[in-house]
Amino acid sequence: MNPPAGPHRPSENTAAPGTDGRPLSIGIVCPYAWDVPGGVQFHVRDLAAHLRRRGHRVSVLTPADDEAELPPGAVSAGRAVPVPYNGSVARLNFGFLSAARVRRWVHDGDFDVLHVHEPAAPSLGLLACWVARGPIVATFHTSNPRSRAMVAAYPLLQPALEKISARIAVSEYARRTLVEHLGGDAVVIPNGVDVDFFARAEPRPEWQGGTIGFIGRIDEPRKGLPVLTRALPRILEEHPGTRLLVAGRGDTEEALKGLEPRVRERVVFLGMIDDEDKARLLSSVDLYVAPNTGGESFGIILVEAMSAGAPVLAGDLDAFARVLDGGAAGELFPTGDAEALAGAAIRLLGDPERRAALRERASRHVRRFDWETVGAEILAVYETVTEGAAAVAAEAAAAGEGDDAPPAGTPRAGGRAGRRR
Amino acid sequence: MTTVIWALVVLVSIGVYLSWTAGRLDRLHTRIDAARAALDAQLLRRASVAQEIATAGLLDPAASMVLYRAAHDARQAEEERREVAESELSQTLRAVLADPDQLAGIRSAPGGPAALDELTAAVRRVPMARRFHNDAVRSVRALRRHRAVRWFRLAGRAPFPPAFEMDDEPPELLVVG
Repeated sequence: MNPPAGPHRPSENTAAPGTDGRPLSIGIVCPYAWDVPGGVQFHVRDLAAHLRRRGHRVSVLTPADDEAELPPGAVSAGRAVPVPYNGSVARLNFGFLSAARVRRWVHDGDFDVLHVHEPAAPSLGLLACWVARGPIVATFHTSNPRSRAMVAAYPLLQPALEKISARIAVSEYARRTLVEHLGGDAVVIPNGVDVDFFARAEPRPEWQGGTIGFIGRIDEPRKGLPVLTRALPRILEEHPGTRLLVAGRGDTEEALKGLEPRVRERVVFLGMIDDEDKARLLSSVDLYVAPNTGGESFGIILVEAMSAGAPVLAGDLDAFARVLDGGAAGELFPTGDAEALAGAAIRLLGDPERRAALRERASRHVRRFDWETVGAEILAVYETVTEGAAAVAAEAAAAGEGDDAPPAGTPRAGGRAGRRR
Repeated sequence: MTTVIWALVVLVSIGVYLSWTAGRLDRLHTRIDAARAALDAQLLRRASVAQEIATAGLLDPAASMVLYRAAHDARQAEEERREVAESELSQTLRAVLADPDQLAGIRSAPGGPAALDELTAAVRRVPMARRFHNDAVRSVRALRRHRAVRWFRLAGRAPFPPAFEMDDEPPELLVVG
């Protein structure tokens, strides 16, 4: 297979790769350890799969403990180190050894476009911006308005971040955080979900019948399970048959602390579940509750719940309100308010018509989050960036023929040509 | 002797810093050039599709005239009138495609769906390319305000890069659903 001529080799072919359906060579950088489940990792995995299905060449660079466990097309940047970051413990890569690995991968891959995720996190994304030449697209996932470290580090990050040609924010909220901290602007492209995978999932009978679902780490306070368990006694008063199904890692004893035995026995812990079971759980429950108290920039789980046909009740975080179309595709309650959660849950559990209406509305609303839509948007960004880089490289090549300048292989030469125009 | 060495070290460090900053500036100007080329390509694409739709007999004669005029002006506009002409094309597209019946009419005509798809792609990519361009402009401006850059005239006589300001709101019916 001949790799397409990119901006790195602009000599003969001046057409931008990607336009007219020519395949692109894309390098994706994932900042967090591959073997730890997380929103960014899943997004990278699904994006890579989607781009490959469309015929593009994709290589993923990620921290991983064991190279052997990575899927084909993924390259390890070495072992990640656990560090507290953004309210949880993240496993990140830094140091000169990692930087050297990133440099080699960028060099060997010879990509038309480099897509870096979470470039402001002190990990591979930032390193990739630091060493890379050529067009970079970056996706900002977090929105943490109080990240003082980020503001303090701004002058340090600037030289690396200003190489990014195109910024993507996963939500309007993430975009605002980005603009506030780093200035400039970004386009909003939501995270993608394989809507049909969730829509096709078969319900499991043992998870049906007056059930409320919760998916997320049990011991992470910002995921909000304590808010839900505080609301549970009141819900049980009105609907005694209700069961709460909890899927996710964490100390189950700790989660149930302070609850009466009759409430405890209505809580079922499913532990970690795989994607298949997650979809089946979401298609089984009568209500999916997202009691998160903060730190969410998107809310992919809500899109998955809506895709699977679960009526959603979520805290009115900015990001959640947007995903739920301002409350039209799912109901909202004041964040952290267990009383309000109980009230809304009781009303919804007793009103099948309202739930059916929510389901119907949500199934139409989630289409905009489907990978078909989202993938096309991301490719449009790639094409916009490569097209510009190819034009500049072509101009540089033309300018380079006139004098004794070395062959204009790097876009940097194009800058000189452009400025003297 | 030590003083001389120290003085040399300081001078070399300053030199390295300045050369590094000049490199950054250079790279940023390349980024603007690339972003501008991409934006120009998207604007041209949009105007071309609009003109195609206007001349293909897909619209009523009045709408065709209005759209043809706006697309033509956008393509021919001088640099200083460019932003205005492109904004007017945005407004015209919104006005012409505000009516669901008009849109349905185009869609049912032969070649209509393809033209609409192309137009949809174009009206979505123009704001995208413009954001990337103006983002690059802001980065350059931020760096050029640095003291080191101003005092040592690292930016040379290159003009302060202008942002591209225009109304790029796409027709609502094309982007929803």
